[in-house]
Amino acid sequence: MESINDFIKNVKNDEIDIVEHTYKLIEECKEINKEYNYFNTISEELALSQAKEIKKQLKNNDKNIKNKKLLGVAISVKDNICVKDVETTAGSKILQGYKPLFDAHVMQKVKEEGGIIIGKTSQDEFGFGGFSVNVGVGFKVPKNPFDEERSCGGSSGGAAGLSQKLSNHIALGESTGGSIVEPASFCGVFGLCPTYGRVSRYGLIDFANSLDKIGSIGKNIEDVALLMDVISGYDKNDSTSLNVKAENYESYVKKPIKGMKIGIIKEAFGSGVEREIEKNVYNGIEDLEEEGAKAEEISLELPIKYGIATYYMIATSEASTNLAKFCGMRYGAVEKLEGSFNEYFTRVRSSNFGDEAKRRIILGTFARMTGYREAFYLKAMKVRTLMINEYKKAFRKFDALVSPTASILPPKFEDIEKLTPLQHYMIDVMTVSPNVAGLPHLNVPVGFEKNLPIGMLLIADHLQEGKLIQLGSAIEKGK
Amino acid sequence: MEVDRKLLEHVAEIARLKLNEEEIKKFLPQLKEALEFFSKLKDISTDKVKPSFQPVELKNAMREDKEGQCLSQDDALSLTEHKKDGYFKGPKAI
Repeated sequence: MESINDFIKNVKNDEIDIVEHTYKLIEECKEINKEYNYFNTISEELALSQAKEIKKQLKNNDKNIKNKKLLGVAISVKDNICVKDVETTAGSKILQGYKPLFDAHVMQKVKEEGGIIIGKTSQDEFGFGGFSVNVGVGFKVPKNPFDEERSCGGSSGGAAGLSQKLSNHIALGESTGGSIVEPASFCGVFGLCPTYGRVSRYGLIDFANSLDKIGSIGKNIEDVALLMDVISGYDKNDSTSLNVKAENYESYVKKPIKGMKIGIIKEAFGSGVEREIEKNVYNGIEDLEEEGAKAEEISLELPIKYGIATYYMIATSEASTNLAKFCGMRYGAVEKLEGSFNEYFTRVRSSNFGDEAKRRIILGTFARMTGYREAFYLKAMKVRTLMINEYKKAFRKFDALVSPTASILPPKFEDIEKLTPLQHYMIDVMTVSPNVAGLPHLNVPVGFEKNLPIGMLLIADHLQEGKLIQLGSAIEKGK
Repeated sequence: MEVDRKLLEHVAEIARLKLNEEEIKKFLPQLKEALEFFSKLKDISTDKVKPSFQPVELKNAMREDKEGQCLSQDDALSLTEHKKDGYFKGPKAI
């Protein structure tokens, strides 16, 4: 298979007619979407106009055109990231019809570098789920690319499924508690969630503002590194953006890993993890050892035992305030202006939010209420401090930590239906804690069982995304 | 802590949500189960531990007090049908 960098070279050398290519690709997207529901919107008009512009600039031999890092590459965008003039719903009925008047910071970057925006990918409403089944009222559930009766994971489900199905494409995903790596694992692709603040959140529709991160999903590690190169960096429009030096993530691809130290999280293996998953993750660790890395066990008690409770208290608390702005005013869903303010807001919210959005708003409102705030919300914020300390201690010794990305194979929809919300939340056990601590983490596909993909989760210290790419690339090489 | 129907309806009202009978019956046991599980955080000693409202160290981001460009009034009003005389129109306040 040709790599994305080869593809870009061919576009630059005029060996590919980018307009014709984009037209065919959009048709392919439409076909895929009929079967798998990976898109909420396919932005055909925008994609073709971008392709025509690139063709024109190539013909005119415009000065900067050949320096563009994503020239002609199809980029899909999770539906909670604002794209100017393209419907952006975050998978919610309350935002149906909303066409942003501006581009998110990451979209400005992608456009500047010649990426072609093909559409908005399906997701759990506002990111509220791990299986992409909690889609908003009237939205379709995306299906696993390897078995249509199973989930493709969530909440960036459409992004991960499409990454498996569509070549010469990279996806923009978003993670609050594992929504990049978990669907990447269920769909057999790479997914990189960066350090909190590494990528600007300007133009991202908030779920939980101290947890949300935009990242990349792709078939190859170099695709993921390339898009991360483009989108990371300081942005004055995001007050939580980290003002740190830019990195060339692509330079970590194929960089030798000899002497790197890997910590195998003891509590993440054993009971509750399917045997085939353990076996494949250990194979991945062996691949790393063969390339010269050293692996040993480490015990991390807080992340696995208390991660779910900590994460859900922080995430729902923040979500309940962030979602307060959706009330049928200024943009999004509206109803007839009748009754008092509160009656109107209540009517709009009650008829447009889905079940899981309502549950999380209620949980979060409860956790912040007088009398409960200390025991739930503030307690979780303090446990977060302890968790960060525990990770930081581990990173004094290790370059990266490893666990399975998911403890189960992609489940069937009929089995997901039987889960209570809490059982549903428990599925995130491996992924919530690195998110709570704002640590970069990567899903690496390590094998298949019963024709379903298995992923390994690599976690690194803040701003050490490069190490993850280095390690992920060593496993890819072994395949 | 007793999570009952009264508390659920009270919290929903604060969050500006009106739950119907079916939703109350469905959500009540689900929220009870989740909150009981989350209560296990109390087992961890956090005396003298400071809360982390952000996962990484951040400084206050300030900008110069200078006028910049922003959305035009027409653009800002373009996303809703509820508007009048250059203003957003809302439901009755009093």
